[in-house]
Amino acid sequence: MRIREKFAQLEEKKEKALIAYVCAGDPTAEATKDIVSALVRGGADIVELGLPFSDPVADGPTIQAASQRALDAGMNPDRYFELIASIKAGVPLVCMTYYNLIYKRGLERFASDCALSGISGIIVPDLPAEESDDLQTACRKHGIDLIFLVTPVTNEARMEKILGKTSGFVYIVSRLGVTGARADVARSTTEILSRVHTDVPKAVGFGISDREQAREVIAAGADAVIVGSAFVNIIASGEDVNARVETLARELKSACREGRN
Amino acid sequence: MKRSMYGRYGGQFVPEVLMPALAELEEAYDRYREDPRFLEELAYYMKDFAGRETPLYFARNLSEKYGIRIYLKREDLVHGGAHKLNNTIGQALLAKYMGKKRLIAETGAGQHGTATAMVGATMGFETEVYMGAKDVQRQHMNVYRMQLMGTTVHPVESGSKTLKDAINEALRDWVTNVENTHYLIGSVVGPHPYPMIVRDFQSVIGNEVKRQIMEKEGRYPDSIVACAGGGSNAMGIFHPFIEEKEVRLFPVEAGGCGLKSTAKEALHSASLCVGEDGILQGAHTRVLQDRYGQILESSSVSAGLDYSGVGPELAYLADTGRIRPCNVNDEEALEAFYELSRTEGIIPALESSHALAYVMKMAQSGELGELVVISLSGRGDKDLETVFGLKEMENREVCL
Repeated sequence: MRIREKFAQLEEKKEKALIAYVCAGDPTAEATKDIVSALVRGGADIVELGLPFSDPVADGPTIQAASQRALDAGMNPDRYFELIASIKAGVPLVCMTYYNLIYKRGLERFASDCALSGISGIIVPDLPAEESDDLQTACRKHGIDLIFLVTPVTNEARMEKILGKTSGFVYIVSRLGVTGARADVARSTTEILSRVHTDVPKAVGFGISDREQAREVIAAGADAVIVGSAFVNIIASGEDVNARVETLARELKSACREGRN
Repeated sequence: MKRSMYGRYGGQFVPEVLMPALAELEEAYDRYREDPRFLEELAYYMKDFAGRETPLYFARNLSEKYGIRIYLKREDLVHGGAHKLNNTIGQALLAKYMGKKRLIAETGAGQHGTATAMVGATMGFETEVYMGAKDVQRQHMNVYRMQLMGTTVHPVESGSKTLKDAINEALRDWVTNVENTHYLIGSVVGPHPYPMIVRDFQSVIGNEVKRQIMEKEGRYPDSIVACAGGGSNAMGIFHPFIEEKEVRLFPVEAGGCGLKSTAKEALHSASLCVGEDGILQGAHTRVLQDRYGQILESSSVSAGLDYSGVGPELAYLADTGRIRPCNVNDEEALEAFYELSRTEGIIPALESSHALAYVMKMAQSGELGELVVISLSGRGDKDLETVFGLKEMENREVCL
């Protein structure tokens, strides 16, 4: 399913989106399948599946550790696309990874593998707009959304350039720093949302971990909340993972239904 | 060619949150690189703090033994014991002019961390250094030195616990504190404009050599040999000679225990010699990686060369044939370490020992010509523990 179709559906239902991130292959590829099912049962509208990289510079300790577990368990791009092809989630799946894995596979081949396996969009945290033309060309050819990030320090000129390039949604980083659960997200979210003028859905991530934060972000005007580390923490605990992941997704999704301003 | 690129290498492959900081740095560099007040202050620190210029020393005993004329560019005599201070003085001054209050840096052998601690102390910055936990172990004298000068050292426990992981952690700090912090990168690596800025500040080495060798020999050398991990002393000594096409330029990489790899680890650090195109820590360059693009851990007896990537400009110069990448293994570097100590009374850093070893190995081959300049990038005091630790092990077999 295309990302824009999903947002259109939600628009009709007057709901906001929950985007959930987990690292593919953490702790095993089989487990990831069950976790994705649990996320979708809980109400996740889009699932980001991280393709683990050895040197994830944009990630905090939680997702670094998840990447390492997945790599240790043998996850690699070949197995990643096999895994994606075997998932019948019924929601758009987004690949989040670092540029070297894409470059090494070949941009064209990577985009094609995404399309064939059922990936709808790609997020590359170490690929700024300036370096993205080649990948964008490959993505367009295969009907894959290339999703860009904006941050609190992105100035007006860059904001315009990035909003002109992003498709699917724009990933709004609500605060400086790496990924990971944090206590305060509301203030910086309101500030940055006031500067993002676009028709593309606005998804806010980095630091959101509970229902109250999700509610605040939606109330501030976001079209979607992105939650990663909070799910990854549950997976890392190894305890009652699927049920707890489903419960957390359900709580966060409820905030996406009610938090609307 | 875009200014940020060296052929197809270079670029700015960093999280969006860092792009404004890179632009700010480039702007500041363009503004101050020709500002008389900045240049005057830079010259002051280079002379009175760092102790430049450094001698170009004719190594008489070595020359006699190998039958060619060998000069040593004595960067080991720079304050702190290595060329690293040339760059930290320049960047710290830039950071001061930019109004930054805090410096962060990565370090491998601890030389760049120490050089950052020095400028941090003298120029009044809050200074924090990231250092792989493995390097903290093998270079702990440098950790004490940094701490003495008021710098906080963070051991990095992730990945291979060496330079690559220290850079990752410094980048994570920078994305969090980008508004008041300057990331003082220690080599010609990372996103543009770092490879350019570090090269320019290190070019003082090559510029001095140009003048000194003309005075002593009345001509340029036949070849210049420098060790290359990230490649800052190599770019510093090569850059002023790039247009002097008759001067052969040899970057010597760490051959470690041979140019082989296991699934997760290269037994060497020779990214110019056997690395492949890839994107690592902000730049498109030559990288040690597996077939999927996962970065391999590198390895070398010398912490300062132990890095999975290399500066993008070196990758470009290697592709064009202007520089000739080569490597020596741990054993050869150790031999050279002993030999320079005995023959010339100079204890070289294990990094620089790679350049020395290559010259010793190739002196008779004719490849280097008759007149050679070696970049003696640092002194070996920091390596004594490593070297004597190996000596205590049977037969100094480093590659068991």
